[in-house]
Order: sequence, then structure tokens, then C-alpha cells
Amino acid sequence: MTHHQLTENGQLKHFLTIEGLKRDLLTEIMDRAEQFSSISGRQVKKVPLLRGKTIMNLFFENSTRTRTTFELAAKRLSADVMNLNINTSATSKGESLLDTLHNLQAMHTDMFVVRHSQSGAAEFIAQHVAPHVSVINAGDGCHAHPTQAMLDMFTIRRHKQHFPDLRVAIVGDILHSRVARSQIQALSTLGVGEIRVIGPKTLLPADSQTLGVHVYHDMAAGLQDVDVIITLRLQFERMQGALLPSANEYFTSYGLTEDKLKLAKPDAIVMHPGPINRGVEIASTVADGPQSVILEQVTHGIAVRMAVMSMALGSHSEQQETSA
Amino acid sequence: MTTPIEHIDIAQTLQSMAEDIRISLGGKQPLLIGIHSGGVWVAKALAEILGADFFDSTLGTLNIAYYRDDFTRIGMHPQVTPSDLPFAVDDRQLLLVDDVLHSGRTVRAALNEIFDYGRPAAVTLAVLIERDGRELPIQPDIVGQTIELTQNQQIKLINNPGLELELKDHEGPA
Repeated sequence: MTHHQLTENGQLKHFLTIEGLKRDLLTEIMDRAEQFSSISGRQVKKVPLLRGKTIMNLFFENSTRTRTTFELAAKRLSADVMNLNINTSATSKGESLLDTLHNLQAMHTDMFVVRHSQSGAAEFIAQHVAPHVSVINAGDGCHAHPTQAMLDMFTIRRHKQHFPDLRVAIVGDILHSRVARSQIQALSTLGVGEIRVIGPKTLLPADSQTLGVHVYHDMAAGLQDVDVIITLRLQFERMQGALLPSANEYFTSYGLTEDKLKLAKPDAIVMHPGPINRGVEIASTVADGPQSVILEQVTHGIAVRMAVMSMALGSHSEQQETSA
Repeated sequence: MTTPIEHIDIAQTLQSMAEDIRISLGGKQPLLIGIHSGGVWVAKALAEILGADFFDSTLGTLNIAYYRDDFTRIGMHPQVTPSDLPFAVDDRQLLLVDDVLHSGRTVRAALNEIFDYGRPAAVTLAVLIERDGRELPIQPDIVGQTIELTQNQQIKLINNPGLELELKDHEGPA
């Protein structure tokens, strides 16, 4: 992966993947998100930072949470934001992706937020937009979901502060999860002490060991003394063939229940990127329980996306030194 | 009237500003807001002189980084301490404090931000240094010192940790 998501002086121009980004930049995203999060508590929940900028949410794949929080983030920065549901739009009439893109760019768009079922779609779009346009990856196939990973890191930092001291377990369908891939990259860039992945062999990528993670097929062993448990959704829509006997059987082995949660540290937090399948990857009592930070993740998604959007659009500024 | 910068006694200037504030805002239970970072230092110093009872709440701080008018030209500020107004501004008398009033753009941004928190009854502007070079119709109500500088000169308040003024010449157009 090249570093073309950065400008010459190392600022974020596009946000396509966590891969290749330095710890300082990830920390800057979290610091800025921290600064933006106070805006949500004000009477007027917006600042005029991106006034006059046009942002298009290009969603080739369904999403509620991600699209809504990107939209709210843009609005809280005073940008004009359009939501395009491409499945139901031009491409279904036969227009090519590039033609769609060039038409939208002709409307003087400053930023595209892209979700697509094909890995590499956001990067492809970033390669074909005009130089003044930024592209944010809101999830591409099984490849990456960098803003989700950063809001997860932000949530962990809110509760746990010092990454090197942490033991983090990611449970479930790692194979199909762009979230897990981005999380693992972010956790290791931030220097997390130990990253574990827990799941059945059929749902762990063949190269798990090379990702720098510890692999467990047994929940009881994998959850022992962890500080953070990230449960993942079973992605039935991406599964081809018989990877699992049944959702019920999966829950028995890998569903996070109160009993299994007791194996982790007493102050462990439970996360899930949503949408959750209750009774499949997580029990309702855990999802709604005192250790769950699942709804906090949603709230933090707005501030993190505000941070990424403003950093990317700010990198196009005409000069870098501060004026008097 | 203009004072050479080396003759400015900051402690004395703050004393006389505090007296002016007492005369114009005494009994109005004002709320105090400093603009990051120099304005916060000046506001703290004024609060110390005027005493704990003069203002109706602890100091509010504003960081106008998200309200600047030059984002397209210079991008994001490197470090932003978030604004913190620990009170409701609606129908209140505010005292807005900055270190140096120059172009007026910072105060414009601060006023915009304040109005995103609510609708104050009145805003009084106090600055330690009023210099020439206004680009907007903004004037202070309470002034420590008035000075005239050339276009290339820049005056800045530093906290070292005592408050000091620093005069800098920079090349090219301001």
C-alpha cells in the first residue's frame, strides 16, 4: 500500500485505510475528536469550520449508522451534505462508476464518503478524483473501515487510556470483517500490548498469525484477563458456502454471555460495531449490561468523523504557516 | 495617545482596566470570558484583582479555531483546546477579554461562537492592548494601552510565567 492518502507534508488528504499511517496521525485524529465531542453538548450543535464545502455520501451498500453519523458529522461542521444511494440510482440504469463519479465531481464536490461492497473501491475513486477532492472510505468489501476502527480506538482510550498496557480480544467473524482488519492495524500501530482473535477456523483468515495477533479457537482461553472485548457481527451476506453449522451453535461456542464475560478482567469493556445480532454473537444481557460501551461507540462516531473530515479538507489549504 | 511598548507596565495597566470594569459593570453580575490563549491570561489576572465575588461564575474560555475565516487558506490549527463556557449566556452581561485587538477578526469569530451558546443581554469587550490595523468595525469598551505599530510589526502577549509583551518584526506584507 502506498502512502498516497497523505499530502507531501504528511497530512491526511484521503482516509482510505489505517495501513501505513503513523501512530502520531492516529493520535491526532483522536485528539481532534476529543475537541469536537464537546460541540454536541451545546445549544447550537455546530461550528462553521466547513461552511461552503460540499460532501457527497456515496453509499453503494446499505448502512444506517455509518451513513447517519457521517451525515451528522458533516452537518455539525456546517458542510452541505448529500446522500446518494447508488444502488437505486444511476448505476442501475447502466452508468459506469467513473461516469457517475465525474458527474458528481462536476457539481463541485469537495469530498466523497464512499461505501462499497468491493474491496478497493474507495481507493479506486481516490485515484480518479480531481486533486482538490478528498475521499473517505466508509467501508469497502472485506478490506477496510478506517473511521470505524478509529472510533473504536477513541472509545477504548476514553476508558483505558494507556494502549501498551492493554490486552484486546476480537471475537467472531474476522475473515469477512473489514472492521477487524482496520482495528488490528490501528491497535498494533498504537502499540497495544496483546491483540487476540477468537473464532472458529472457518472464520479466521489463513494469515492470522502473520497479522501479529494471537489466535484462539476457544473462548474460555481467549477471554482470560482481557481489558477489551470486541464482538463482531456474523456477516451472513458475505459468506459463501457452509462456514458455520448454525447461528445457535455459534452462539453456544462463541456468543458472549455473562458467564464468558466473567473470564475477562472485572473492568473489561464490551464493544460491537453494530448492527448486533442478539443471541448470535452477543447475549442481550451483555449488550445492554454495565460493561457494554456499544452505544458510546455510536456517539463517538460523530466526533471521530468530524475530525477526519476537517483534517482531510484542511490539508487542501493554500499555505501551511499560520498568519498573524 | 500612544505609549512606547518598553514603557508599558502590565501590572499597572491591569489595575486600571479592573477599575474601569468595576465602574462600568459593577452590580451587573457579569460573566467573564477569555479568548485563548492570551485573553485567558488577561481575564484570570483581572478576576484576581476584582475578587471572587465580582463575577457570577468561574472563568469561561473560548477557542475560536472552528470559527476562523481563513480555514480554506491555512487549514486546521495545530492544537485546539476546546471552548468551555461553564454557564448559560442567555440574558447575561458578558465581559469578553482578549490580549491584543488588531484586525478585529478574532473578536468577530468569538462573538459568533458566543451566539451559538445563546443570546446574551450585552457583551463588553476588554483588551490589554489596542493597536491600529482594524479590518472590521469592532471597537473595545475597555482598553489597557493603545499603541501604533507599523504593518510589519506584531505584538504578542507571552506568559513566561509572568505576563510580558513581545514585539516582533516580520518580513513581507502583514
